[in-house]
Amino acid sequence: MKKQLKFVVNGNPYDIWIEPRLLLVQVLRDELGLKGTHRACDEGCCCVCTVNIDGKAVKSCSVLAMQANGKEVTTIEGMKNGAELHPIQQAFVDNWAFQCGFCTSGQIMASNALLKENPTPTREEVQHAMDGHLCRCTGYNMINEAIRDAAGRLQAQKAQEKTK
Amino acid sequence: MSEYSIIGKPTKNVDGPAKVSGEAVYTFDMTLPNMLYGKLLRSPYPHARIISIDTSEAEKLQGVKAVITGKDTPGGRYGLWRRFPELCDQTTLAMDKVRFIGDAVAAVAAVSTEIAEQALDFINVEYELLPAVFEPLEAIKDDAPLIHDDCSNNINITRHVEWGDVDEGFKNSDYVREDRFIYGNQATASTEVHNSLASYEKSTGRLTVWSSTQSPYYLQLGLSDALKMREGDIRVIKPHVGGGFGGKNSTMPDSLNAAVLSMKTGRPVKIVYNREEEFTCTERRTAMNMAVKLGLKKDGTIMAREVKLITDGGAYTALGPTALYLTGTYASLPYKIPNYRYDGLRAYTNKMWATSVRSFGATEAGFAFEAQMDRAAHDLGIDPIEIRRKNAMTPGYEAPGQYSVGSCGLSECIDKVEKRVKEKWTGLAEDEGVGYACFDYQCGGIFNWIDTPYAFSGAMVKVNIDGTVDLFTQASDIGQGTNTVSVMICAEELGVGIEDIRLHPADTATTPVDLGAWASRETMMNGNAIKEAAAEVKKILIRVARLKLAENIVYDFEAKNKRIYLAIRPERGFSYYDIVKDAIKENDGQALIGIGHYTPHRKGMVTPAWAFGCMASRVKVDREIGHVKVKEIIVAHDCGQPINPLGVRGQVEGSIHLGMGWGLCEEQPNDNGMILNPSFADYKVVRTRDMPQIELHEVLTYDPEGPFGAKESAEGAVAPTPASIANAIYQATGAEINSNTLKPEKVLNAIREAEKKKPAKR
Repeated sequence: MKKQLKFVVNGNPYDIWIEPRLLLVQVLRDELGLKGTHRACDEGCCCVCTVNIDGKAVKSCSVLAMQANGKEVTTIEGMKNGAELHPIQQAFVDNWAFQCGFCTSGQIMASNALLKENPTPTREEVQHAMDGHLCRCTGYNMINEAIRDAAGRLQAQKAQEKTK
Repeated sequence: MSEYSIIGKPTKNVDGPAKVSGEAVYTFDMTLPNMLYGKLLRSPYPHARIISIDTSEAEKLQGVKAVITGKDTPGGRYGLWRRFPELCDQTTLAMDKVRFIGDAVAAVAAVSTEIAEQALDFINVEYELLPAVFEPLEAIKDDAPLIHDDCSNNINITRHVEWGDVDEGFKNSDYVREDRFIYGNQATASTEVHNSLASYEKSTGRLTVWSSTQSPYYLQLGLSDALKMREGDIRVIKPHVGGGFGGKNSTMPDSLNAAVLSMKTGRPVKIVYNREEEFTCTERRTAMNMAVKLGLKKDGTIMAREVKLITDGGAYTALGPTALYLTGTYASLPYKIPNYRYDGLRAYTNKMWATSVRSFGATEAGFAFEAQMDRAAHDLGIDPIEIRRKNAMTPGYEAPGQYSVGSCGLSECIDKVEKRVKEKWTGLAEDEGVGYACFDYQCGGIFNWIDTPYAFSGAMVKVNIDGTVDLFTQASDIGQGTNTVSVMICAEELGVGIEDIRLHPADTATTPVDLGAWASRETMMNGNAIKEAAAEVKKILIRVARLKLAENIVYDFEAKNKRIYLAIRPERGFSYYDIVKDAIKENDGQALIGIGHYTPHRKGMVTPAWAFGCMASRVKVDREIGHVKVKEIIVAHDCGQPINPLGVRGQVEGSIHLGMGWGLCEEQPNDNGMILNPSFADYKVVRTRDMPQIELHEVLTYDPEGPFGAKESAEGAVAPTPASIANAIYQATGAEINSNTLKPEKVLNAIREAEKKKPAKR
């Protein structure tokens, strides 16, 4: 029997009826058509499907969509500001922090949550926070550098906003 | 090298904005209207004859639109070694018997994945179990069960390479050592699983397939052979690909069965593997048993080397013979060996087949060679760097009848690494060691087992009235950055900007053939084709500019920074955009089109050029528990002229990651042919906390064969990673380890063995 799910995704309110057994990743990809969130394992072992729920990094394959009821979900599609890339996205581009790009959405969404909690992480703190994220291409170091580069950009942005 | 305006400059990935915003479309993300979902029924037995298959119950299930078995397929045999019909040993579905746990037996198309999966449970297959064989040394015995009826002793293929007088070389050696190395499989573990979407149009008899592939052309050929269709009636499109690492060269059951099911139903069909299928039923690195003998003079000069290899091929051929062939080549590099002999044999076994994984052959051969170099150096009392420098490959070297070396910066790489290690790693802790390894890698393959009549790579450039450029190439970007390199090479040659070029990649219907992304071939081969295509248009533009300036033919023109001008007087020239307009008018109003192609010639049998390098790993070894921590890596790398330094660094870092995986933790244990760890929970890949910092130095050389002098950077650095780590363990503890993976238990045992032999610490 379908259940009502009311939640906000990337700032847009949704009021939909879904099978309660569906995972959040299934609803995002198959019901809402948000294919930027990828999936690389079936058991919560790779973090490729990471999104933000109320600002926290969550593996969207490991929660039921109903668990997001009443909450705010941000996916990679919600990161851009109009046509402009988010500073984290821009830092990933500038630092060649992706190759095939398949895990990148999850890496960026986890970085987004991390930098809210810890705006100036060290290399080791990034490694610790991002350890579950499987990337088969980059060897991680360039992702780590991009996240710390993004941290600097976000700090600068904040400082600029204060002076305004 | 500063004369270039684009080549050699760190350049952002042209796919970057799409990939960081979730807009890049992978086959995994695609759906078509009216699409069905397919699933494969796989054999639970390693070796069995199919007596009967009853699909009637499955067909009755609501939502099931088609169920097929081997007899419903066109039945063509296919394989990558197409030149040899006996090696085309695969079919769309098993025809008479199954040869490994996971062999595809039947396929279902339904309105949802869930229903397709459910339907598999309703297919009844009656098997007659056959004796199975899992070890190559068992498989080649006379009384072993035959896996392919027409292949005696399960010997899939053999390979012999020899030059000089090996026996004489050993006779003249002061020091001879023999070692045996045993290597296991490595999964490619791409984040995007194998998946394909096929759409067959009944009215025209044409098929379109979107697939997560490394080579649209190979997939087109595989489909053509298996489905008995004309190549030209099959269009393969490669969307963005979530990693390949060698595992996506072959035509696999996903694309074949999606195609047949689409033919049956008249609807598009998509088949997506799950992660378990990805681990158990896709191509992986070859397990090997390698016996190596090395002879040297007292001063460390290599006199002779002999390698005997048997590889565990698994159930089918695919690219496995290439792994066998290349291991024999790589075992002769990157040192000069006057007398060399290699005998390799690939045996069929009842397991998932093994073929190519990033740096195949080089990783395995390098691990053995570099270990022997360190051990020989120790026994002869020579510094590990000195013994490498003494034997290092030099430019212009010829391996008789096999390959020739063009540019080679290996000695410079060794010098650079030695210098940096001395400067940086002063005062090693007691439990730390530094290990060295040199490496080399090919820039594409010359061998033509696929039997293509086409040039190995082609490209087409179309320049429009406003100066915008359409670049058509089948080169496959699977994440390595080829799309960016393609655009950079085209832009440099034409003298335009990156932003002027629109790339049309990897569609067999609209782009000239390229053999795909394997053996680090795209920059070399497709780069040359693109450069030639762009040069053809450039020639037209220069002709028009010359006419406008009324200059004599003796004066050179240049196209750079969006201008076409006289080389000796750059101020005399025109805007590129203006010249394009004139040239198109002069060309009867036709857009300017240039085509280019590349096939290596007179470069031997292996590759048109070789990249080289040297690596040092600083490793901490816990003598109590055997745990190994890689602290830092220094690598010097000769990839000729780096096209995009950002991309080169990405490739080297990624190669080291994969090499660490093979060396330290990635393995696929099996029990009677069943892979025991088919998930990311149990298959351990290196995660971010285990990655060391890497110091990369590019040693610039110019290879006349490469576009702008470029060579490969995508695979070379895999091989020296496990080799240098193992050597660091040896330097720290004296432990000799002759197999991957370097797990704590194995390291601890080797340390204890070493302590027994030599109680005094090194």
